[in-house]
Amino acid sequence: MSGFLYLVPIALVLGVVGLLAFLWALRDGQYEDLEGAAVRILFDDDDHPDQ
Amino acid sequence: MDMTYPHDTHAAEGEFRLASRVVKGHLRQTDLSVPGIHCGGCIRRIEKGLGELPNVAHVRVNLSTRRVALQWHDDAPLPRVVPTLNELGFEAYLVATTSVEGDPVGSELLRAVAVSGFAALNIMALSVSVWLGAADETRDLFHWISALLALPALVYAGRIFFRSAWSSLRHFHTNMDVPISLGLLMAFGMSLYDTMHHGQHAYFDASTTLLFFLLTGRLLDHQMREKARTAIKGLASYAARGANVRQTNGSFAYMPLSDIDAGMELMLAAGERVPVDAVVMTGNSELDQSLITGESLPVAVAPGATLRAGTLNLTGPLTITASAAADASFLAEMMHLMEAAEAGRGPYRRIADRASDLYAPVVHLAALLSFIGWMLINGDVHYAITTAVAVLIITCPCALGLAVPMVQMMAARRLFAERIMIRDGSALERINEIDHIVFDKTGTLTMGHLTLRGADKFSPDTLALAGALGARSNHPCSRAIHQAAADAAAQPAPFDAVREVPGFGVEAEAGGTTWRLGRAEWALSDAATMEPGTYLACNGQPLAHFEFDDMLRPDAREVVRDLTARSIGVEIMSGDGAVPVSRLAEGLGIHHFKAELLPGDKAAGIAKLTSSGHKVMMVGDGLNDAPALVSAYVSMAPASAADVGRNAADFVFLHDSLRAVTSVLDVARQSARLIRQNFALAVLYNAIALPAAVLGYVTPLVAALAMSSSSIIVVANALRLRETPRGPKS
Repeated sequence: MSGFLYLVPIALVLGVVGLLAFLWALRDGQYEDLEGAAVRILFDDDDHPDQ
Repeated sequence: MDMTYPHDTHAAEGEFRLASRVVKGHLRQTDLSVPGIHCGGCIRRIEKGLGELPNVAHVRVNLSTRRVALQWHDDAPLPRVVPTLNELGFEAYLVATTSVEGDPVGSELLRAVAVSGFAALNIMALSVSVWLGAADETRDLFHWISALLALPALVYAGRIFFRSAWSSLRHFHTNMDVPISLGLLMAFGMSLYDTMHHGQHAYFDASTTLLFFLLTGRLLDHQMREKARTAIKGLASYAARGANVRQTNGSFAYMPLSDIDAGMELMLAAGERVPVDAVVMTGNSELDQSLITGESLPVAVAPGATLRAGTLNLTGPLTITASAAADASFLAEMMHLMEAAEAGRGPYRRIADRASDLYAPVVHLAALLSFIGWMLINGDVHYAITTAVAVLIITCPCALGLAVPMVQMMAARRLFAERIMIRDGSALERINEIDHIVFDKTGTLTMGHLTLRGADKFSPDTLALAGALGARSNHPCSRAIHQAAADAAAQPAPFDAVREVPGFGVEAEAGGTTWRLGRAEWALSDAATMEPGTYLACNGQPLAHFEFDDMLRPDAREVVRDLTARSIGVEIMSGDGAVPVSRLAEGLGIHHFKAELLPGDKAAGIAKLTSSGHKVMMVGDGLNDAPALVSAYVSMAPASAADVGRNAADFVFLHDSLRAVTSVLDVARQSARLIRQNFALAVLYNAIALPAAVLGYVTPLVAALAMSSSSIIVVANALRLRETPRGPKS
């Protein structure tokens, strides 16, 4: 029983971190061009998405 | 339709500036649609090529939407963006600023899917422990955590359903979202009550999983439409965005369309579209009217001629006076006809809506009856409510919510791969019912490109001479002759001087003789006795008389034969003259055709067919087809169609072949079969699950298993549409 006291919060916090990371990526526009992202990893030179 | 006419630089720059928006300070962003982008190499070439231009701050290519976002500095000369892209081998079109505002509905749905998915997965992990035997305090603790996770998910992700359910209840309707909302809220409320009172069962997992699945279905449906919308928006715009207007001080400035009024004097370069209805003041030229009237041959204009908005100026610059503002032009007249046609067409109820009309009352009634039944049997309120909630949850249209969008999503992907865009899922349902197809002629059954008729009856020398003259002009007839001459492979003769006379033809001199290729009354010294048309003349004496055909769209003949074999009626309705229409109809084996129709006549013709019991599909491209496209049961347009027509059509095909018509019919038939199968599966599932729920055998574990498995089966069935169809593929 005492194991739950830290294991369950850890599991939930990790889940929330994942969710927030996804929402951040979404807002950041990382899902706007999935096909483009797939081919850009093959480029040799650095590709900075500077704004 | 060819887009490589030379653009007046001043107008092009003005257009570029108008299509941009301010990012920050002097930084502006322009979005371009570049349909030719298809691989990583294209991304590199464009980003490198445009990035090297002066004053360009940032270039980013989006491969999914085939667009380029370009940021540039406003306080310096404009970068040569479109010409550079053309030099790199890409056609580029400016995207209006209004159409790049992203997709708020889509991202709201995606966020809701993420939140509900997160809650559903974590609650499921906790629920598995409960099902595996966690008891007493542990179970209560897990239920409390589940409630804590379910509440925000329900509030955040569930509001999409609550909103829709509430708005329909307020108008005394029910839709599918009513039982969904009721089920979600009652399951949550009941489970919370049970958690407080140390109950054994809680339905937190069921309500969040339900939410997750249903939102996924919504998201798929939305993404399908959004993808088609951006793809269609990205096509070339056939309406002018503005024009060069003479100012009070005599100079010309580029002004947006909305600021142009009747009486203003405009300058129209060769290659530009006429922005508003106008009258020619000075200059001679020829106009391509094919999108407006359906006429395939260019029409000569001289001072005093009236021009309709949307026609394309081909050969010479013109000064014109606007006779109407943009919102009173020919385009506005078409809009008016379209609205009338839309009002005359009954609304279509989608198959999922019709299913839910039957389904929703059954679900409500079953839940209510099982509550009353258990109250009568043992009088236990708690047990009766639990059973009623279980009925609501298990019959909730989880599979039903996915059944249709999933199939239509797969169908849209299949069609997308064949370069056909579908604008609305319901079009796939409607097209199965059609028994009559009406085709427009110019630009639909034909390509809108002219070819020389009977090229082999001319001597190679004559053809070579005409070809060499034709090479100097962008006029469609000249290019057709040049093309035919290139096929004949004869030697062109050398000339001393060649010049194009806009509106008339091309003139060349060689050793004292004058050669002219062009209109009869200009090329011939004695035109009165000859029939009008295009002539090659030597010192005013006719050498050859050229006639032209509009090139047939690839596979047109096979498609017509195929449609007849499917016992679908085929008919032509064209605005062009009776002679070219009947010649084409004969060539294609079409027995019904109407020529010289006005836009209103086309729509009326379709309405007449509809009232005589036909379900009509309209395939057309011109502005004059737009009212007919709207009044038809289903409609389709090629990518070269006028903007208005393209936006009115249910399907838009981006390739040349008319095969698109039969491909869509095939895919629609397959998807209808899969949708029927999915409904049958959902009904079968309910036939088993509903009695079990009413009798009180459904625990949260059973509900979770039943719902997930039925959803997975439905999705897997829809995925079968990805298989290529048996038989020969085009």
